[in-house]
Order: sequence, then structure tokens, then C-alpha cells
Amino acid sequence: MKLPTINDNPFMKPVEWVSLALLCGLLLVVLPLTLDAFRLNLVGKYLTYAFVALGLVICWGYAGILSLGQGVFFGLGGYCMAMYLKLEASSVEATRIQSTPGIPDFMDWNQITALPWFWTPFRSLPFTLLAVVAVPTLFSVVVGAAMFKRRVGGTYFAIITQAIAAILSILIIGQQGYTGGINGITDLRTLHGLDIRTDGAKLVLYFVNGALLIACILVAQWVKRSKLGRILVAMRDKEDRVRFSGYAVASFKIFAFGLAAAFAAIGGAMFALQVGFMSPSFVGIVPSIEMVIYAAVGGRLSLFGAVYGTLLVNWAKTTFSESFPELWLFGLGALFIAVVLAFPDGLAGVWRQHVEPRLTRRKAPTQSPPSVPAALPQGAPAE
Amino acid sequence: MAVGNDRGLESALRRRLLMGLAAVPAAAAMPRLARAAGPPTSAVNTTGLAVTDTEVTVGILHSVTGTMAISETGAQQAEKLAIEEINAAGGVLGRRIKVIQEDGASDWPTFAEKAKKLLVNDKCAAVMGCWTSASRKAVLPVFEQYNGMLYYPTFYEGLEESKNVIYTGQEATQQILAGLDWVHKEKGGTSFFFIGSDYIWPRTSNKIARKHVENVLKGKVVGEEYFPLGHTQFNSVINKIKLTKPNVIFADVVGGSNVAFYKQLKASGIDLSKQVLMTISVTEDEIDGIGGENIAGAYACMKYFQSLKNPNNEKFVAAFKKMWGEKTVIGDVTQAAYLGPYLWKLTAEKAGSFDVDKIAAASAGIEFKGAPEGYVRIDPNHHLWSKTRVGRALASGQFEVVYESPELIKPDPFPKGYQ
Amino acid sequence: MLGDYSLGDLGAIFAMQGFAGLILFSVYVLMALGLAIIFGQMGVINMAHGEFMILGAYVTYLCTGFFQSHLPALFAVSFFVAMALAFAAAGLLGMLVEWALIRHLYKRPLDTLLATWGLSLILQQAYRSVFGAREVGVELPSWLIGSVQVTEAIEIPINGMVVMAVTMLITLAVALLLFASRWGKQVRAVMQNRVMAGAVGIDTDRVDRTTFGIGCGIAGIAGSAFTMIGSTGPTSGQLYIVDTFLIVVFGGAASLLGTLASAFSISQTQSTLEFFLSGSTAKVLTLLGVVAILMLRPQGLFTLKVRR
Repeated sequence: MKLPTINDNPFMKPVEWVSLALLCGLLLVVLPLTLDAFRLNLVGKYLTYAFVALGLVICWGYAGILSLGQGVFFGLGGYCMAMYLKLEASSVEATRIQSTPGIPDFMDWNQITALPWFWTPFRSLPFTLLAVVAVPTLFSVVVGAAMFKRRVGGTYFAIITQAIAAILSILIIGQQGYTGGINGITDLRTLHGLDIRTDGAKLVLYFVNGALLIACILVAQWVKRSKLGRILVAMRDKEDRVRFSGYAVASFKIFAFGLAAAFAAIGGAMFALQVGFMSPSFVGIVPSIEMVIYAAVGGRLSLFGAVYGTLLVNWAKTTFSESFPELWLFGLGALFIAVVLAFPDGLAGVWRQHVEPRLTRRKAPTQSPPSVPAALPQGAPAE
Repeated sequence: MAVGNDRGLESALRRRLLMGLAAVPAAAAMPRLARAAGPPTSAVNTTGLAVTDTEVTVGILHSVTGTMAISETGAQQAEKLAIEEINAAGGVLGRRIKVIQEDGASDWPTFAEKAKKLLVNDKCAAVMGCWTSASRKAVLPVFEQYNGMLYYPTFYEGLEESKNVIYTGQEATQQILAGLDWVHKEKGGTSFFFIGSDYIWPRTSNKIARKHVENVLKGKVVGEEYFPLGHTQFNSVINKIKLTKPNVIFADVVGGSNVAFYKQLKASGIDLSKQVLMTISVTEDEIDGIGGENIAGAYACMKYFQSLKNPNNEKFVAAFKKMWGEKTVIGDVTQAAYLGPYLWKLTAEKAGSFDVDKIAAASAGIEFKGAPEGYVRIDPNHHLWSKTRVGRALASGQFEVVYESPELIKPDPFPKGYQ
Repeated sequence: MLGDYSLGDLGAIFAMQGFAGLILFSVYVLMALGLAIIFGQMGVINMAHGEFMILGAYVTYLCTGFFQSHLPALFAVSFFVAMALAFAAAGLLGMLVEWALIRHLYKRPLDTLLATWGLSLILQQAYRSVFGAREVGVELPSWLIGSVQVTEAIEIPINGMVVMAVTMLITLAVALLLFASRWGKQVRAVMQNRVMAGAVGIDTDRVDRTTFGIGCGIAGIAGSAFTMIGSTGPTSGQLYIVDTFLIVVFGGAASLLGTLASAFSISQTQSTLEFFLSGSTAKVLTLLGVVAILMLRPQGLFTLKVRR
């Protein structure tokens, strides 16, 4: 059997271009035209989770590193953004009634009289935009380096990331003078002077969010199709062989983990912008695991699936929790089990097995079946 | 001593009861008249709220699922009861109240999302809801932006005042100060040990309590400890309490931690009939889980106890149990939640309109004589004037009221000298 | 902070504090034992471990309630009956889960994690539907309440001693089962080399099922014991899960001794820190310490040399 080489792989196959066009059309044309401002903002919020799911596709689906602490990076990104927005909302005039005007309200309640040093740089928008991506990514690289260099992986890694999520949420809640505690950072108003609360601004933010998401998909696609992506997959399936072939396995893992963290961080920042506040409830364990299910439902090997999976689960959550709040947890639990037992490739798998063959049979019966590299488990990536 | 006090209390209540009785039929009769000739919709609703000639829509926003569902159930039940009663008595301005309920799912962003839905999509004239400070903080900007009206039932840390919120619970000074004075005077409380869950309400409450103890009561605080929400191991801090030997343990531990704390306290040999413990976080609801025998003897500082003896309350307790079952208990927040719909109704009738701006402006000075806790009044700062009461927990899970502040206490969300 | 107290006071406090650490140690061991068997021996991550504990707690709640209303004379011993029932209930549910879910996933450990997380959500909602969202309190027989006065200043809580005794018994039983019984030999053989174990005639499916069942059953006992000191609500189980996993991982999976050692060091650290610092800070510092050590020594405190 002839193994495909890098040169055989164009950046995207035709069917993937179609998928991309469909997704762009859905996110940027269909949804904005059909939904009212409220529902659209809701979709915008869900799409911020899709960034996390996208990162997990690379990190978990391709590189085999399951992180149960993605909420940490989502949260850090969101907090960086929220700190900037909060400082802008806490001008001296707006906070006249405080004992120390000009600092965020929750600091004033906690008898803090001067802005803490690590808040000061967040007065600058360029710094903030840099920090949104850099802080969580650096953190993930430090964590990743410490663990992967010592060959911690698999379930151990999952549990340690979970512990980190627990630690960070206790820290944020405990240091409420500096972080806003369990209330989070609330009442965010303007971004560089522009009111982010109006419907118009929300529409703009929705499109920015959509565009960023598509940009991230393209980056992920590039990683997936490059030699890098091949190594990640090889590493997932036979780590030792890759190591013995002379690759620095740890560095590749750190890269995948860092990329996932960067995606999650962008999502977090967009969340803070669109929803208008940031809360420590994203940093904990439960949301972190819930975000894994988005990727799993979409198909852990499918970039587009991550977006659809996120939308589907959140849509179901909103709908079911409105009409049958008691049943929602049963449904979510069953979803976890079903995705693992019956549909390990999620929506993307269903699409590939049942929908795509019919489409291609009708359109182009001569097209050769997708070539699956021999080393991959059955049903692995062949979008 | 206690008996004498109770007598005085009873006669005071009887006097109020007469006032209340006079008020109830009048209030019940008026809307029925109004219904016959309810003011036209164009007059009572100029801002496009969901008001028709026969109906007005009100939202209820509490957690039905998730960790907070335990606490929020009672509040939500009380609000439904109040709305049902109001509808049975003819509604508000001749219109039946229609309820749209949303689940905040114990998740603050979800609260914000649902609040927005209730205001933007459903155009609710008012929303009864939220429980934790975090959920209120999350929805507050939404209510201010879309100009909604929120009736918030929980006792909370203060430091907030909004045109769009009526706080039907106590802010921290109202809940704490009179109780500390009482424990100082009656139980000789001079040294205090503070123990709380680690979030803003216990920290702010303890801060106010500390200032009061140190500056006013001239006592001292021998320890102040916080534990993560859900913590279940308190043996170390109990040892610390034993070492520091405070006169008074002042506790604001919440949720599941409560159960562990009181069980371990009891097991460690601290006898609550000898050691004074004052809590501001345990109501009848919480005792259900803690077990009355584990907390009997502790003092709780609230504005309402289910055992309050006055006709308003007896009627309320009976109606509540009829609607939600004999076994339900009613805590402080449940009662405060019950006030929300009534206060809103009274305000709408005074303003002659459902418009949020008019309701907000007319709220100051609204009096509700039929409250189970007794007479209450809305201050211009949108908090309620209310009494502080101290109850002693009994093994049956109820409280025996041992003290009631003589006057209504003014709400002071930004207390000078306590910040 | 210690300068103002007499030596006698200090001695008493250190004694009681040591005991508080031991109680915490017992709690941790009880939580971790079941998991140590399942995760350590089978490599399965059971995120629903906390929910199995809560099942035990609810069984205890029902059982003591039954004794109270129907057999008040035997109320004093109801706790032991409840523990046995908790073991049986959690164990049976565990075997059912293994048969329906886990056995399909032995080759995909990360997927068992997701599936059992789903299971935990379902169990939580089931508890909520059956027992209500409120926490329930288990009424203790009178002999379990209160403390023993050792000296004038030293008081030891009785329920703490019972928890310790239960922990010791269970640990002993598990150690005997694993290292002295035929079943234990089979479990260890299957863990070390599944194919070979099958080849020499061990019914690996059956061994897996009983192992998982026993692990879950022990969780049930733990939950039953915790009703003496903590709360029982539909979501209480989630509170334990991170701590439990960290203990097992920190000890080095697959090592019973490691689990004990890690539970001991974590509990003593935490209870000492809690005494000198605030509760939240103590928790963060302890967790940070554990994670830091795990980064330096990912295999945990104790490891078995196993050829894979």
C-alpha cells in the first residue's frame, strides 16, 4: 500500500474547501440574517467555546494529549481581556463614590487603595491583546515542558491538568481583592472608548469572533496538513518509534498543548468582550471537562466538527434546560457515554460514513476512497 | 427574662396584626374594583413591556439545576405562591400576572443570558430572582442596560445600590450589627472567632463585624478563617478554636460545608449550649441538611424565622405548606422572596403604571403591612427597612426567637466607618 | 501566635492536631483505596468514583432511617448493617457498569474517563430526582456522637476514631485480598500481562468485573463512613474527586503502600498548614506542592517495576 507523502496533500482537499465555505456561509451569512440580536449574541458566546474545542482537536485528537484543564487557558485569556475592560470602566469619574476612585470597584470593597502592579500594564490595549494570547500560552508551555520533558502523559497528564484547574479556581476565588473573587470581573462597558453593550457593537464583535474562529481553523488545518501534523499523529499512535526516529517528542507535545491553549485564550477574550464579564466558573473542572465533550461530539479528529459539536451541545443545553431542566443532566451524561461507545468519531464520523458516501456516489462515482494511513486506527482522520 | 420579652413581642405583634388585618381586606378589595375598570394598557405601559389588557408578564430567574438549586428552591416557591395569591385577589392594575420561569443553572453567565432573554425577548415587567451575589453581579449590567426591574431576595454584603434592583433581603449591617450588640450584651461576647466560606459575602460580612467588634464593642477578634466552598474537613480549625477560646464563634460557612462544620464541631466536644455560636448563614433550610440535633443551641441572626408568631406569618406558613407540602421549611430568604411580587404590585398600584422608570421612582416609601416578617418599608436606596432577630436553633430544626430589635433598622449599603 | 499559651495547652493542641491529621488521613485513605484498586490495578479512570461514594451515603441514610422507624432497638448497630449494604449496593452497581460500559473501553483509558464522567452526571441527576436536591442528614446512634475526654484538655471525637478503625480494617482486608488470596494473585497477574494471564487459564473478564466491583464497593463503604462527618447531597461526590485522584497518582499508581504514604503526607501537610495558615491558602499550597512534586517525579512516590 502506498503511503501518502506530504506532497500528495494539498492544503485542503476539495471537499474540505466545500466544508469551509459551508461553515463560513452559516456563521457569517445565514445565522446573522436569520437570528435576532439576542440569539445571535448567544451563538457568539457558544462560538467562543468552539475555540477551545478546536484546540482540543489538535491537542487531543491529533496529538493524543487529553487536557482536562482547558478552562484554565480560556479563563486566563478572558481575565486578561476583562482586566483591560474593567480598568477602562473604572475611570476616576465613574468611580467617584469609592474611597479610592479610579480602581475597580471590587478592589475598593476589599480595602485595596492602589492598583496592584500586575494590573497596571493592562491599561494599554496593545499590551492586553498581546497578553491575552501570551500569558496563557506561556503558562501552558511551562506546564507542558515540566511534564512532557519527564514523559508524563496520558491519564497522569489529564489528572494533573485537572488539579491545576482546581488550584487556579481556588486561587482566583480566594484572592478576591485582586481578581474579583467568585463574582468575577463584572460590568464591563467599553473597549477603547467604544460601547460594547449596544446591539451594533455586539454584531461587530460577532463577526470579529467568526472571522477569528475561521482564521484559527485555517491555522489548525495548516498544522494538521504539514509534516508537523503527521508527527503529532505518529506520536499519538507509537510514541516510542517517533522518539527512536530522532524526534524530540516533548517539544512537539508542548507545541500542540501550547497551540490549544492559545486558541482557548482567544476564545476566552472574545467571551469577555461579547458577554461583558468574566467569571471564575470557567476555570474549574466541570467546564473544562464539558469543553472536551464539545470536541468529542463534533468528532475529535475534525476541525469543522469541533464548531458544529460546540453549537449542537450548547443549543441542546439551552433548549432542554429551558423545557426539561431535570432531564438535561441525563441527556448530557448519555451524550458522553454515547460519544465514547457508539460514535467515537462524533458528528464528523456520522457525516463521513453515512452522508458523504451518498453525496460522492451521486456526484463522482469514480473518486477513489480516501486513503487512510496504515498507522492510524480505524476511522482516523480523512476528512 | 426571655419570657417577659416574648410577651412584649407578642403584644407588639398583636398591635401590628390589627393594622395588618385592616390593610389586608382593603388591599384585596381594591384590585377587584380595579379589574372591573382596569386602566387602559396604553396608560400603564408606555415602554413596550409585555402587558396586555388582561395580563402582565413577570419573570422568575433561579437555579433549578446545579449546586445552588438546593438553596434557590424555596425562594422560587415563595415567589410563585405570592404571585398565585395576587392573581387570586384580582392581579395587578386589573391584570393577571403571567410567569415565565428561567433556569440560571447555578452558572453566572447563564444567569446573565437568561436575564437578557427575560428582558429583551419576553419583555418582562419585572423579574424576581437570583440568589448568590455572583449571579446578581452578573445580571446587574443587563438590568441596567435594558432597564429592567429585579427583586432580589437574599441577604447580601451590601456595597451596591441600583435604580433597577429592589433588595428585599438585608444588607450586611442590617443583619449583623444588632445581633452582635445582642450577643455582646446578653452573652458577654468580647472575643470572637470568625469562620467563613471563601467568597465575597462572608469576607465583607466579617469585615463589618470585625470593625464593629473592635471599634464599637471594644472586643477583639481572635481568629478569622476562610475555607473553599464545599470544604468538608474542619478539625484543624476546630482545634484552633479550642486553643484561642473565643466567647463567640461567628460563622458564615455556606452550602455543604455547613453540614460538615456543625457535625465535626459537635463531635469534637464543643457543646453549643455552653459555647456561644452565632451564625448568619444558617436558616431553617440549611438545618434540614445539617440535622437539628447537630446545631441545637446555636444562634442565628436573621430577619425572619418560620416560628415567628404573628397572623401574617401563620397565614403565610399555612399557604406555603399547602402549596408545596407539609414537610417544607421556610427560611429567611424564602420569606424575603415572598415579599418581591407584593412590593412590586404595591409599587405598580402607587405609580399607576408598569413602566420601569415609574416603578423605580415610586418604590421609595412603599409600605407592605402584610409581610410575614411584619411591617416593611422600601428606603430611597431601594433596600428594605426591617428588624433584626436572633433565634436559637432547636433540635426540631426550628428556631426559637430570643431577640427582636425594637425598631425597624435603616438599610445602609455603604456603611460609613465599616469600609 | 503560640507565645500566649501555656505548655499544657500547647501539648493538648498538638495532640489533638495530630489526631485531626490522622482523621484526615483515614478519610483520604478510604476515598483513595477503591480508586487505587481500579486505577492502579486496572488502569481505568473512574470519574464516577465520587458518585459511588454518595451511593453508599444514601444507602446509609435509607438504612438508618429504616432502623429508626422499624427496629429502634437495633438502631445502635444500624451503622454496621448500613456499611455492609453500602458495600453491596455500590459493588453491584460497579459490576453492572463494568459489564455495560468499562469492558468495551480497556484499550482507551482516556475514553473511560469521559464515559465515567457521563455516568457521574447521570447518577447525580438520579440522586437528585430520587432524594431531592437538598442535602440529607444521617442521624447517628448516640454512641457515635461526642468525644472521649482523654485528659482535661484533650478530647478525641468518637466518629473520628470509628472512621480510623474502619479505614484500618478495610486497608488490612484489601492488602490481604490482594497479596494473600487467589483472587489477588489473579488480579496482579492480569494487570502485569493480560494476554499471558488469559493464556494460563485466568478468566480475565471475571477478574476485571470483580476488581471493579470491589473497588466501587469500597467507595460505597467510604461514603457510608463519611455520613458521620460530612454532608450527603447529589453533588457531594464531585468535591472528593480531585483530591482522590491526586492521592492515587501521587502515591504512584499500582502501589497500595504508595497510596497510604501519599494519603499520609498530604493529610498531615494539609492539616498542619490549616492550623498555621488559613484554610483556603492551606488547600492551595498543598495542591501546589503535590503538583510540583509530581512534575519532578511523575511516577509518584512508589512504583512497581513492571514490564509493559
